[in-house]
Amino acid sequence: MERVKQKFVMTNLLRNQMFIPIAALLIIFLFNLIADPTFFKITLGYNNAGNPLLNGYLITILDYGSELAILAIGMTLVTSASGGQDISVGAAIAIAGSVILRILCGSNSRSEELQAPIIVAFLVACVVAALFGAFNGVLVAVFKIQPMVATLILYTAGRSIAAWINNNELPIVNDVRFTYFGGLIPGIPIPVPFFIAAICVLIIFLVLKFTTLGLYTQAVGINERAAKLNGLNPVVIKILTFVILGLCVAVCGLIKTSRLSTINYSVIAKDIEMDAILAVALGGNALGGGKFNMWASILGAYVIQALTTTLYKFNVKSTALPAYKAVVVIILVVASAPIVREKAQEIIKKIKHGNVEKEVA
Amino acid sequence: MKKRVLAVLMAAAMVVGLTACGASGAASTDSASSGSSGGLIKVGIINNDPNESGYRTANDKDLKATFTEANGYEASFAYSLKNDEQIAAAQKFIQDGVDYLLLSAADTSGWDSVLKDAQDAGIKVILFDRTIDASEDLYVASIVSDMAQEGQTAVDWLASQNLPEYNIIHIQGVMGSAAQQGRTGALDAKVAAESNWNIVTQQTAEWNAETAQQIVQSQIDAGADFNVIYAENDDMAKGAVAALDAANISHGVDGDVIIMGFDCNKWALQELLDKNWNYDGQCNPFQSSYIDEIIKKLEAGQTISDKVIIMTEKGFDATTITEDDVNNYGI
Repeated sequence: MERVKQKFVMTNLLRNQMFIPIAALLIIFLFNLIADPTFFKITLGYNNAGNPLLNGYLITILDYGSELAILAIGMTLVTSASGGQDISVGAAIAIAGSVILRILCGSNSRSEELQAPIIVAFLVACVVAALFGAFNGVLVAVFKIQPMVATLILYTAGRSIAAWINNNELPIVNDVRFTYFGGLIPGIPIPVPFFIAAICVLIIFLVLKFTTLGLYTQAVGINERAAKLNGLNPVVIKILTFVILGLCVAVCGLIKTSRLSTINYSVIAKDIEMDAILAVALGGNALGGGKFNMWASILGAYVIQALTTTLYKFNVKSTALPAYKAVVVIILVVASAPIVREKAQEIIKKIKHGNVEKEVA
Repeated sequence: MKKRVLAVLMAAAMVVGLTACGASGAASTDSASSGSSGGLIKVGIINNDPNESGYRTANDKDLKATFTEANGYEASFAYSLKNDEQIAAAQKFIQDGVDYLLLSAADTSGWDSVLKDAQDAGIKVILFDRTIDASEDLYVASIVSDMAQEGQTAVDWLASQNLPEYNIIHIQGVMGSAAQQGRTGALDAKVAAESNWNIVTQQTAEWNAETAQQIVQSQIDAGADFNVIYAENDDMAKGAVAALDAANISHGVDGDVIIMGFDCNKWALQELLDKNWNYDGQCNPFQSSYIDEIIKKLEAGQTISDKVIIMTEKGFDATTITEDDVNNYGI
């Protein structure tokens, strides 16, 4: 009886979507534990403003992984509903960040005082980013353009739009309150982006639990026609997922611009779309749409940051960095492919059977 | 069979297209000569996207301020970060019959044939900011920054600080770009030559402040011992400083860590003035006065003595920089 239960747990674990990101994270941690245990060291220090903060690789991962986790939330929904990915999030972050700075600084890019409350700037950025999300959504849902092609438009034009919003100037915000969102609130030693991500995760958790968004999104992703016949409106749901991603983008824009109190249109959040898509893939979600597991995607985001931080830690030659990342990614993605997992399950079953037979004999 | 016929037809169409291009090219020569007699000098300017960086924005502004109708020019601008689009723009300018073609090439190769066309059409080509891999006969002048010299100036300055030991975090730009190669080369050579110069880490942040912040953060987390940050542009230096600030490591004049940047953005020079940074190397974006001078000379029938003109570029030290420097050299 005990044995049957154990076997059940084992296959269940393998079948569970959380298995791949958790396993990947454990492998990265194990590697660090063997190579250099100081990876796990966390120290309490003070920054130059005299505020306490925690230092250490794990904190760095929590800090920088959070913006990726926020994007992963939106990207998971878009992937599920439309069966494709939004590759314009990096450019959209540039737009959202540009809007925030434009409103905070007004027309003077070196203004000493904030021209508007931060919350107003953030809300306007949310509206703008949601509009651009809706634009992508309409192209995908109404005009039936492949998501990657549809979002290619904004991917190409986005950074120029961002630069145009600020007349090509690079505004700098001088107010210390603006640095809180990507840094620290005095007295709390944990980076704020982590809390922002936690809030976003909580919100999406509540939304998925108490509304039908998750069910409807998956229904549309699995079979659009069937969903339509059952009274759902696939067009509205698809656009809605892109708008939600837009909101995630605005949050990211706030964190990113807050980190340095300024923006560089051509490089801010560069290639972040690839990491966000990877987070979804790492979470074991089918990139062709349909069922999704939000937790797996969010964990996937932190796994990717753990990998990046590990590579930085080991001073991997700058030219080789993308190659290392690519190799790890290939292994992870192949391992999470359904075909490989089925084979693995079969092999485990065989081993189990072998054991049982031996015992019987 | 059908396919073959189609292929032949296509090939024929292309040949016709080519000859048509040749014809229009020849025609444009005429319009070019008639254009210059109208009084204004027609210049076609091909540049990189002004959004690319603060350097490019300043460069574009400078060109726009010089090549105005008031100064006797009729200027058209084309921007692209892609070589093929730039070449297409060059072909268009040749057909439009400009007198001068000013070019900051996105990529060093692939320019031979189009510049040959320009030469055949009697258009004079002047390169600015970036040089290309083509015969020197194809252009009349080239006004460039010497990136290797920029790196050398910075490294010489660093050597003059006489630190007992140099432990350097080296943050590089996009690998393979001229700026990265020049600025890295000088430092690499010095580190190889001196026993008390060490590289703590050498990684690319691809001109990105945030990536630089992460790289420095990871060195701080590892407890690495360093006293110099050599960032190949201002943005990355800023990112590095953000990481130092978070870890309460002092920097700048009388600080524990020397901060070095490049490009002389106004805000960066302000950091020098405030003694938060130590050094900023100039990358001069103001080529238009040089170009203007060359065109004036050529129009007057004079010859150009030096084909390659290397602009003078400064390096600023936080202990000697003045408010005027910030205003005059900040971009």
